[in-house]
Amino acid sequence: MLEIKNLHAEIENKGILKGINLNVKAGEVHAIMGPNGSGKSTLASVIAGNETFVVTKGDVILENKSILELSPDERAHKGVFMSFQYPIEIPGVSTTNFIKTAINEKRKANGMEDLPAKDMLKLIREKSALLEMNRKFLSRSLNEGFSGGEKKRNEIFQMAMLEPKLAILDETDSGLDIDALKVVANGVNKLKSAENAVILITHYQRLLDYIVPDFVHVLHNGKIVKSGGKELAYELEEKGYDWVKDI
Amino acid sequence: MELQEKLISSFMVMENLGKVDLDSSIHDIRTKAMASFEKEGFPTKKDEEWKYTSLKSVLNHDYSVFPKEESDIEFKDVKKYFLHEIESYKVVFVDGIYSSYLSETTHDGFDICLMSSVLKKPQYQLVLDNYFNKIAQNNNSLTDLNTAFTIEGAYIHIGKNKILPKPIQIVNFYTGGEKDILLQPRNLIIVGENSHVEIIERHQSLSNNTVLTNAVTEVFAGKRAIVDYYKIQNDRENASLIDSTFVQQKESSIASVNTFSFGGKLTRNNVEFFHEGERIESHINGISILDKKQHVDNHTLMHHKSPNCESFELYKGIYDDASTGVFNGKVIVNREAQKTNAFQQNNNILIGDKATINSKPQLEIFADDVKCSHGCTIGQLDESALFYMQSRGIPTKEAKALLLYAFGNEVVEKIKIPELKTRITKLIANKLNVKLGFDM
Repeated sequence: MLEIKNLHAEIENKGILKGINLNVKAGEVHAIMGPNGSGKSTLASVIAGNETFVVTKGDVILENKSILELSPDERAHKGVFMSFQYPIEIPGVSTTNFIKTAINEKRKANGMEDLPAKDMLKLIREKSALLEMNRKFLSRSLNEGFSGGEKKRNEIFQMAMLEPKLAILDETDSGLDIDALKVVANGVNKLKSAENAVILITHYQRLLDYIVPDFVHVLHNGKIVKSGGKELAYELEEKGYDWVKDI
Repeated sequence: MELQEKLISSFMVMENLGKVDLDSSIHDIRTKAMASFEKEGFPTKKDEEWKYTSLKSVLNHDYSVFPKEESDIEFKDVKKYFLHEIESYKVVFVDGIYSSYLSETTHDGFDICLMSSVLKKPQYQLVLDNYFNKIAQNNNSLTDLNTAFTIEGAYIHIGKNKILPKPIQIVNFYTGGEKDILLQPRNLIIVGENSHVEIIERHQSLSNNTVLTNAVTEVFAGKRAIVDYYKIQNDRENASLIDSTFVQQKESSIASVNTFSFGGKLTRNNVEFFHEGERIESHINGISILDKKQHVDNHTLMHHKSPNCESFELYKGIYDDASTGVFNGKVIVNREAQKTNAFQQNNNILIGDKATINSKPQLEIFADDVKCSHGCTIGQLDESALFYMQSRGIPTKEAKALLLYAFGNEVVEKIKIPELKTRITKLIANKLNVKLGFDM
């Protein structure tokens, strides 16, 4: 589904990604771990199309087509979703109106009519129940005054609504207490299927107890320095990142 | 001939042709006002209050000063300019002349009718003596000019304890029958004790000819009265508007003036509030959304004269292309106006590279036990918010519009008439050139 080939990216002439290679197939869950500043979040942003970062070399291929020339919204229409580490607060736009607009824009891009209001409501009910969300949040301004956990829950709610092919979850576990973590992980697990793929970006092994990855990659200094199965995460937890830095 | 000279000679013509009653008490008021205008002339950028707004290009036309015949317009052609979804009283003028056909006035229990009747009929003499031109004196020669040429406008007089069952719409159409025209409507609105009134006002050109409107409105809110005044300013490119609204409030009254400035070439709003009693609440709100070379100047005065009153002022501006905006918000708190709460906020977003805003809060506080605050921001759209929205599949144009809409939403939320709120939302969506496909 997703192929990342020798990806180099920089910000203000400072190289962050220095040759990433990654292959993600439908139905797989990949975890990307690594110390602070290793380039994990940059990788997520580059896949999602954040223009703050400049791709200098390499390619990102989704379903056999390069997506590097596409704008972030075009990528979203093709099924890319990124859950933000720090979701943005947007005063004046309710979560409901925001997600309605997003869904109908995606449908429009794919040549479909707007989703009838009745179906939209049903979908919102269903997905918010999945995330055990307090419905009051849906009519409040997007993320405004939400706690860290509420924001993350809202991100996964949006993911559930948009049903992406490729979901990149950037540090979704940070700021979550254990109960919220379980709910969010449970949501992600229920959304997983043979047709979609998930990339989990995380600092800690904790999240991986709840969303079990098929592969774990360690990012260091802009490169994947080690890949393995889920056991690799335990090894990292035990030995720390210094161990891989020496590789 | 320069416009000023033309106006001076027109004034003499008006007096000599018997268009006005020379014996009426307002003759004196007119003459004084004209003398004052003659002396001061039109304001220029040298005047502190007009530093950022030049009237030069607007005044440089051979305006016809007196409207001629009533022009026929069909309701179906102008229906869209009314808030037609709801029942309302209507006072409608076409090229400055009352249109009985488009209007829906009343004398049943209260007066919703014409300024010209008030000027002519003796039974209104007391009203004229007590209210006319009593608060419209802001050392502004344009207000004097309007006073000198007062002929027509809306007259609304609501007695005590009346809650109006429906809003009043005051609409001024310009058909373009005269090539360039100067219109000077004059409204007088008196709301008695405990009465509630909602007014929606609009100036609408139906032609691409040039029109300059110099409107003056005086509003008197009695004890515990509630008055909400909404001004839709969404006119065509060759239409300019100088609108002065003066509001005097008595004890425990609540009044608001809300301006929605999206269209027109040049718009100047003078909104002035005067408190005459305790526990008064005043609201001044505005949104300007401009593009191309449009200019809007919002000049406000909130004059706290008595203790224990509150005022809230919120102006938002969105400026694209080479549009320009001015916000000048003056708050005066007299020495005796202790326990005043006065809040003022002006937030602006500049989108166009050549767009500018001049924002000037002016607080003159002579009392020592007050809460007064003012804040002014000038910024751009938040890039991280744009990326966030795009990453969810909302294209740049729609994402920008949604953010801008959200920015202005705080003002829209203050509209108390739901149908008007929907209408304003649609106008905003049109102005931002998007379909905001969600329910408001």
